[in-house]
Amino acid sequence: MEKSFIKALAGIVGEANTLTDPESLACYGYDSTPELQSRPGAVLLPGSAEEISQVMALCHEAGVRVTPRGSGTNLSGGSISFDAGVVLQTSRLNRILEIDEENLTATVETGVITSALHREVEAKGLFYPPDPGSMNISTMGGNVAENSGGLRGLKYGVTDDYVMGLKTVLADGDLLKTGGKVVKDVAGYNLNQLLVSSEGTLGVFTEITVKLIPKPVAKKTMLVHFPQLEQAALTVSHIIAARIIPATLEFLDRVTIKCVEDYAHVGLPLDVDAVLLIEVDGHPAQVEEDAAGIRQICERHHCSFFQTAAGPEEALKLATARRVALSALARMRPTTILEDATVPRSCIAPMVKLIQDTARKYDLLIGTFGHAGDGNLHPTCLTDERNPDEIARAHKAFGEIFEATIAMGGTITGEHGVGVAKKKYLPKLVGESGLRVMRGIKGALDPKGILNPGKIF
Amino acid sequence: MDYVKLINCMRCGMCLPHCPTYKETFLETASPRGRVALVRKLQEGELVESEKFLEYVSLCLDCQACASACPCGVNAGELVAEFRCESKKEKGLSLMEDLVLRKLVPHPDRLEAATAPLRLYQKTGLQQVVRSLGLLKLFPEALGRMEGLLPKLPDAPLRQTISEVTPAVGEEKGTAGFFLGCVMSLIFSEASLATVQLLSTLGYRVVTPKAQKCCGAPNMLGHDLDGLKEAAAFNTDLFDSFDLDFVVTDCGGCGAELKKYGQHLDGERKAEEFSASVRDISEVLFAESEALARKLKPLPLRVTYHDPCHIAHCQGIRSQPRALIKLIPGIDFRELPEADACCGSAGTYNIEKPEMSDRVLSRKVQNVLKTGAEYLVTSNPGCLLQLKKALAEAEPKVRVIHLTELLQMSLEA
Ligand SMILES: Cc1cc2nc3c(=O)[nH]c(=O)nc-3n(C[C@H](O)[C@H](O)[C@H](O)COP(=O)(O)OP(=O)(O)OC[C@H]3O[C@@H](n4cnc5c(N)ncnc54)[C@H](O)[C@@H]3O)c2cc1C
Ligand code: SF4
Ligand code: SF4
Repeated sequence: MEKSFIKALAGIVGEANTLTDPESLACYGYDSTPELQSRPGAVLLPGSAEEISQVMALCHEAGVRVTPRGSGTNLSGGSISFDAGVVLQTSRLNRILEIDEENLTATVETGVITSALHREVEAKGLFYPPDPGSMNISTMGGNVAENSGGLRGLKYGVTDDYVMGLKTVLADGDLLKTGGKVVKDVAGYNLNQLLVSSEGTLGVFTEITVKLIPKPVAKKTMLVHFPQLEQAALTVSHIIAARIIPATLEFLDRVTIKCVEDYAHVGLPLDVDAVLLIEVDGHPAQVEEDAAGIRQICERHHCSFFQTAAGPEEALKLATARRVALSALARMRPTTILEDATVPRSCIAPMVKLIQDTARKYDLLIGTFGHAGDGNLHPTCLTDERNPDEIARAHKAFGEIFEATIAMGGTITGEHGVGVAKKKYLPKLVGESGLRVMRGIKGALDPKGILNPGKIF
Repeated sequence: MDYVKLINCMRCGMCLPHCPTYKETFLETASPRGRVALVRKLQEGELVESEKFLEYVSLCLDCQACASACPCGVNAGELVAEFRCESKKEKGLSLMEDLVLRKLVPHPDRLEAATAPLRLYQKTGLQQVVRSLGLLKLFPEALGRMEGLLPKLPDAPLRQTISEVTPAVGEEKGTAGFFLGCVMSLIFSEASLATVQLLSTLGYRVVTPKAQKCCGAPNMLGHDLDGLKEAAAFNTDLFDSFDLDFVVTDCGGCGAELKKYGQHLDGERKAEEFSASVRDISEVLFAESEALARKLKPLPLRVTYHDPCHIAHCQGIRSQPRALIKLIPGIDFRELPEADACCGSAGTYNIEKPEMSDRVLSRKVQNVLKTGAEYLVTSNPGCLLQLKKALAEAEPKVRVIHLTELLQMSLEA
């Protein structure tokens, strides 16, 4: 990147917020995606929407590429600049602007950490349900751009279900305001929803307004052991079929259980094939009834142990165990390749089995955990990037897993986004016309293709 | 350095919200994930040891909060420290580092002799004169900061005045070896006296071997591995020569180091056994909770607790000190927000990196003030020095004391 151009950028955001030393560039050349990295041309830390708008206008004019970045925790390479462009880091836009208790909305700057919003709204007896495993690190902007889901997705939905309004800087620096605090709004195309899950390719969010709901009064957390994997998977399908909708219905297989227990010491069993972590919430009477129903179904499927958390502390301990599953798995081998295969909920059992068979076929160590209640599984291959043969086998195995996922009517990503990691599977999923529409939208909003190029398709 | 340790970092970012320097800067280069990446890229030849590089890695406090947070078992702080050590080994220490870390601190006799003039300086009232005349401004900044940190020193180091054997009160339950630690002995002798008294009140005979040497942590900082091993072997043998049930210390830093002797001496059995016998004072007292509770008298005070890194992150001791404080009748215990975040003292960090140290410290002070506590309890001399000074300036009503001093107050109340 030319010196004079960097100087012009520094003129907007300030010298101190313009990083070009090789050390900084190296540190903003990765996110949480394994194997991928690169080196941007410059890293900018703007302090306001106005600065972002000016940066975009300048880059647009010069045809310089821009990659927005929150905390860099995404798992699809979405925040890596692969062409020495500008990385636009949002961490300085971190104010919670308003919690509107009359309208039940919260408005935040894009760099606000997800769990910080949780804390603030819960202190007021309100609830913002989306809770990705990374919520202590990820930003609201990143959550919106990836349409992140979380442990409570089954009952409460994902980020998309809560975004009411956005302020977005477009590729040419113009400001676009979509949605707002109104609950009903059918004026024109639903641009809000279009921008959610755009993975930084259509605009840079600066402000986000989300819907809040009342905090559920009661909650029960259960941990259930299953000696047989199929039984655990069937239990998931049967709970849904019985029309019980838990807030959380998470699945951990044997490999994952061992790793989590090694790290978190929460007393998980080491001799079973699978555990389910189930949480029901809502009205106390309903919670009791649901918990009893769930217990019956689990027992019918030969669970070996059924534990109800004694209090909030124990419940939190169990939920935390699930939250660290991914990182705990990474203890086993140096390189962790996590996937995001998502199938209709009735297909959980065959999918889990298929993953295990594929692991055996390619002689790989794959641990599977995930949001089983919404069909979203994370088969995670534990490998070593220094072993090219093993890595090649891992990619082959995932190719087959995704093929099967699509054949079952599932999708290649339930929450992590396409980014660059899953680009090659997208055409199969959305088809030619799907791609044509997406490319048309991209062209209309970003004619020069400067926003996060090379991602999604 | 072990390359595998570096590539084990999967860059999940779980450590970021726990890192004090990241919380202050929100910069990836000042985060554990970034630091591992920097050192890794250096090894891979993608970066060189530039001035900027060294500046970035030296901003790490080595507080090990990242290690507690990392689910993959990566210890970014330690990896950075290891790198700094190796780099120092190649480049050699500065004269100052050589003097302080190798020639002075590891030798209690020399250290005590060297601080004698300080005692005199304080005792004669010279300190007051120097301070009030603003002469410190004439000193180089680092020296000025050091001077400013010093509370009033006891008349003599405890190592010289304590008797080698303190008998148990009442029926004897066992014998504890007491590892003093240089700063505790030099500056916080009252807290260490309280430690001895608590142990003896609970029925332990306390043996404080006078010949004991420094734990070796400064040798580690100065990359003097031979010196470290020497200290470890010497102390192991010394304590082994007494018939002890366990070895106790009230210095978090020493405790963390002593528990690593087995490792330092490559798994040698005697050293392993020594390490296994080391207890932080809070561990011993917690095990004696029942007996202790019977002796404690009411203290109607608002108290909060700061977790020293060497206690919480290095030794995993978190619940025991809190439980002990709550054992005192009438205490109003208030949890400190971000209690286990570093206070910015971090060995000599507060002198070498004053700006970041002050930022980290001021966050800690703000958090302490939020609790409304009258007493801030902690259990490491570095934290005591740093926090005493900061609170004396910010809010003199808040007193900073060692855990054993608080318990002692309750015994005597
Ligand atoms: C341990 C771990 C657990 C995880 N668990 C979950 C989970 O349970 N559910 C889930 O859905 N995901 C999960 N993730 C993935 C990841 O945390 C989410 O994708 C998260 O939303 C990313 O947020 P971020 O702030 O780190 O964004 P980044 O990773 O920095 O960016 C993500 C994408 O958003 C774009 N972007 C960022 N900010 C903006 C902005 N202001 N405007 C426009 N585009 C922007 C970037 O260009 C990029 O494409 C997990 C990741 C890890 C490491
Ligand atoms: S050091 Fe540990 S917690 Fe931090 S990014 Fe690496 S693996 Fe994650
Ligand atoms: S040791 Fe402390 S300062 Fe250093 S990276 Fe870890 S958490 Fe941050």
